[in-house]
Amino acid sequence: MISIEHINKWYGDFQVLTDCTADISKGEVVVVCGPSGSGKSTLIKCVNALEPFQEGRIIVDGISVGDPQTDLPLLRSRIGMVFQNFELFPHLSITENLMLAQQRVLGRSADEARDTGLKLLDRVGLKAQAAKFPGQLSGGQQQRVAIARALAMNPIAMLFDEPTSALDPEMVNEVLDVMTELAQEGMTMMCVTHEMGFARRVANRVIFMDKGHIEEDCSAVEFFGSPRGERAQHFLSKILHN
Amino acid sequence: MNYHWDWGVFFKPTGIGSEIYLDWFMTGLGWTIALALTSWIIALFIGTIIGVARTLPNKIIANLAAGYVALFRNVPLLIQLFIWYFMVPDYLPESLELWFKQDINPATSAFISTVICLGLFTAARVAEQIRTGIEALPQGQINAGLALGLRLPQLYKDVLLPQAFRIIIPPITSEFLNVFKNSSVASLIGLMELLAQTKQTAEFTANLFEAFTLATLIYFVLNMSLMLLMRKLEKRVQVPGLIALGGK
Ligand SMILES: Nc1ncnc2c1ncn2[C@@H]1O[C@H](COP(=O)(O)OP(=O)(O)OP(=O)(O)O)[C@@H](O)[C@H]1O
Ligand SMILES: [Mg+2]
Repeated sequence: MISIEHINKWYGDFQVLTDCTADISKGEVVVVCGPSGSGKSTLIKCVNALEPFQEGRIIVDGISVGDPQTDLPLLRSRIGMVFQNFELFPHLSITENLMLAQQRVLGRSADEARDTGLKLLDRVGLKAQAAKFPGQLSGGQQQRVAIARALAMNPIAMLFDEPTSALDPEMVNEVLDVMTELAQEGMTMMCVTHEMGFARRVANRVIFMDKGHIEEDCSAVEFFGSPRGERAQHFLSKILHN
Repeated sequence: MNYHWDWGVFFKPTGIGSEIYLDWFMTGLGWTIALALTSWIIALFIGTIIGVARTLPNKIIANLAAGYVALFRNVPLLIQLFIWYFMVPDYLPESLELWFKQDINPATSAFISTVICLGLFTAARVAEQIRTGIEALPQGQINAGLALGLRLPQLYKDVLLPQAFRIIIPPITSEFLNVFKNSSVASLIGLMELLAQTKQTAEFTANLFEAFTLATLIYFVLNMSLMLLMRKLEKRVQVPGLIALGGK
């Protein structure tokens, strides 16, 4: 479904991504981890072309992301994305947040968009918050709305960039629960996260990045099992002791 | 100082028809309001377009917009007015030139020139505020809009501008008030707006202090009411979590 082939990317002289290759099949959940600055966000943003890349190819559902002919807004509308800082639109109510892209991008009627939005809001357990504004919700609630907003577009895959790292510890699980449920329903997911518990329970594969390069790409069982690279080991021991 | 204040002067007949001097002030105020509001509508409309253009990824468009701002902000307002009033009409197609110079009355031509001049000048200042407002929004908002599949015009219309407008209400209020003050340049090309009427009253009656005191009072009340109006607007469109940029 998502195939990343030999991606190289530079910011000026600085190479952020070096020969990154990975494949995510339909229904697979892949967790991307690695130290800060290793290029995880950059890589995941390349998948829906929020970041351009100079070399290599990314194919999403048969469509080449880097091809100048590709209708990027159309492609992006089919891939859901959830951000570290939620990024709900603060001037719109929760319901309007859920409706906006459905109406503008998919051309759904207001009624249809509202119905779909409210159904998903109910699914993430926030039906009662429909009329509120993002600023009136807790971080965990906002992130669940953000997930519902992405799901309202009927995405073929979901990208998560550290969806829980801006949250207070007591709110992490409410978001991870929604993500776990989504994974169990067969959603294709690429998640940048340091939640190793989530990775162990839910991920099919773990990609470990360091200095812009994919150092490990293996099944979750292998990753958390014994033999693996020195840097990944070092990273894991650090993160598991926190 | 033994100046004899005479507030009754405003109710004295001017000698022209049945007018009293107060009528002159009211006519002047009418012109001032008409000038300022018309200019402001032009400024908001063009300023928004230029401000948005400055933030576009297309460098050519962004640079053209930056050029507009630099030009209109740095040439003194008075020079701009003289260009619009004395020079530009000469370069119009002949029929338009004749219409401007002969068919319409002098007050109308002065009004048109001032409104274009003040509208375009203020647009440059509004554009800067719009740009500041858009740039103050987190990059994540742009990413979120794009990731949902919004196209650039939709992103601006539905996500960026509604937020940018809210956070720039305080600085944009001061631009709005400036338009009222700046509209007095029209008096230099003969339009009898508030300042011109004040000067004329002062000359006719020799009650200079009364005339300028009344004008000051009118400008003050006008500005205060506009400020209160903008405060109300700010309250009305306020949303939790969006913080306005500081005014001047
Ligand atoms: N716009 C940019 N211009 C220049 N360098 C950038 C830019 N964005 C990111 N970088 C650099 O690219 C590298 C990778 O950044 P990226 O955000 O992808 O890392 P990350 O793995 O997501 O880190 P974190 O865990 O802190 O989110 C970092 O060294 C960062 O400083
Ligand atoms: Mg990151």
